[in-house]
Amino acid sequence: MTTREFTADNLRRILLEGAGADEGVDLDGDILDVRFEALGYESLALLETGSRIEREYGITLDEDALAVANTPRALIATVNSQLRMATA
Amino acid sequence: MTASVVVTGLGVAAPNGLGTEDFWAATLTGKNGIGRITRFDPSSYPAKLAGEVPGFVAEDLLPSRLLPQTDRMTRIALVATDWALADAGVNPEELAEFDMGVVTASSSGGFEFGQGELEKLWSRGGQYVSAYQSFAWFYAVNSGQISIRNGMKGPSGVVVSDQAGGLDAVAQARRQIRKGTDLIVSGSIDASICPWGWVAQLASDRLSTSEEPSSAFLPFDADASGHVPGEGGAILILESGDSARARGARVYGEVSGYGATFDPGPGSGREPGLRKAVELALADANVEPGDVDAVFADAAAIPELDRVEAEAITAVFGPHGVPVTAPKTMTGRLYSGAGPLDLAAALLSIKDGRIPPTVNVELAAGYPLDLVGPRPRSAAVRTALVLARGHGGFNSAVVVRAAG
Repeated sequence: MTTREFTADNLRRILLEGAGADEGVDLDGDILDVRFEALGYESLALLETGSRIEREYGITLDEDALAVANTPRALIATVNSQLRMATA
Repeated sequence: MTASVVVTGLGVAAPNGLGTEDFWAATLTGKNGIGRITRFDPSSYPAKLAGEVPGFVAEDLLPSRLLPQTDRMTRIALVATDWALADAGVNPEELAEFDMGVVTASSSGGFEFGQGELEKLWSRGGQYVSAYQSFAWFYAVNSGQISIRNGMKGPSGVVVSDQAGGLDAVAQARRQIRKGTDLIVSGSIDASICPWGWVAQLASDRLSTSEEPSSAFLPFDADASGHVPGEGGAILILESGDSARARGARVYGEVSGYGATFDPGPGSGREPGLRKAVELALADANVEPGDVDAVFADAAAIPELDRVEAEAITAVFGPHGVPVTAPKTMTGRLYSGAGPLDLAAALLSIKDGRIPPTVNVELAAGYPLDLVGPRPRSAAVRTALVLARGHGGFNSAVVVRAAG
């Protein structure tokens, strides 16, 4: 069984579907290391995003891990590590 | 000397007009905004008519960030607030955030959003419920979202008391201004025309089951048989007279009196509370009944409630003593949005010298009211009284006066 990969494009789509995008923020730009707060996503938006990722990928994201993942790059890494564990 | 509180901006979303100008033009021509429900299929429900706000496209008016977290009523309230602030010439970014507050009313909260999330909970499971359900349905959500969007951190809140709540919110806003806040966004937008909201409204047993828009909502008519619900309302910018003057603002009028009462319990034999609410509001405004140029009626269209209202108005003003109108015959009853919309209409009456019409109604024998007919009436309006009653015995009355 191949492990699914959670990509930056997947995250962009889920952010848009679950929480929209702030005016003046270009999600297609170089956002991987920008903190979610600076992108306009507060804790509730991240809760919604996490919940959508869990549903779509059939994984469970630890609340503490989510709290630490405060940039897109960190969240993508967290999700991919969960995906690998789920298929290991 | 108590500080005067004035209205400097209006934002209107009504079933017969979106935006203040559209609404007022439609109202003066007697345009009826009541029709068969389009937001869901009403064929299996006993009541099938509503006043729906036409042409509101949230995607064109609000940032995408707000759409997943807002009910229709909140989206309309945010846009109506934008319009009201622009109308008042206020840019919130230029004012101190603690000098501005938000007090709105709500009778049902965001029912449609809540219905969607309950459907997900029931059919797919708890993990499908939006995190935003935590606040998107909530009574206070319009106040909260308006506050966040405009950076308003002064005294804020929500009043929940059905139809009367829209006037109670304006009264609460007036109190906060008198206590020292310069500007309060007030009024109310209510909207719950969705299946869940509809059954909740049906439970009142007060809805008209007529399917003919021109004869479904007939307050003070011998054929009165319940009301048609509507959505929308108005957002008002309230300011202290001093700060409005200091910035040279255009003033629609002063919120000069308020009275609220609660009806005695059923079977007590005591008089209903509406007359007392009117008297309290007039006394608070320091005006005599003879000073009042127009009364905007609550207009329940339930024969017993119409009788109580006609008696209260007659007791205070005498038979045929004051022009009485019910422009809500063109919108349906907007619950907490109704009072603020009537306040907007009253202020526009003062500005234009025209009292808006009451459409479709043939005044029943036995109501000695000077009911404004299907055409607007030209009259110098300096003082107007707006009435609203809520289900369960709430009565509120507000007096607005021409400025200066």
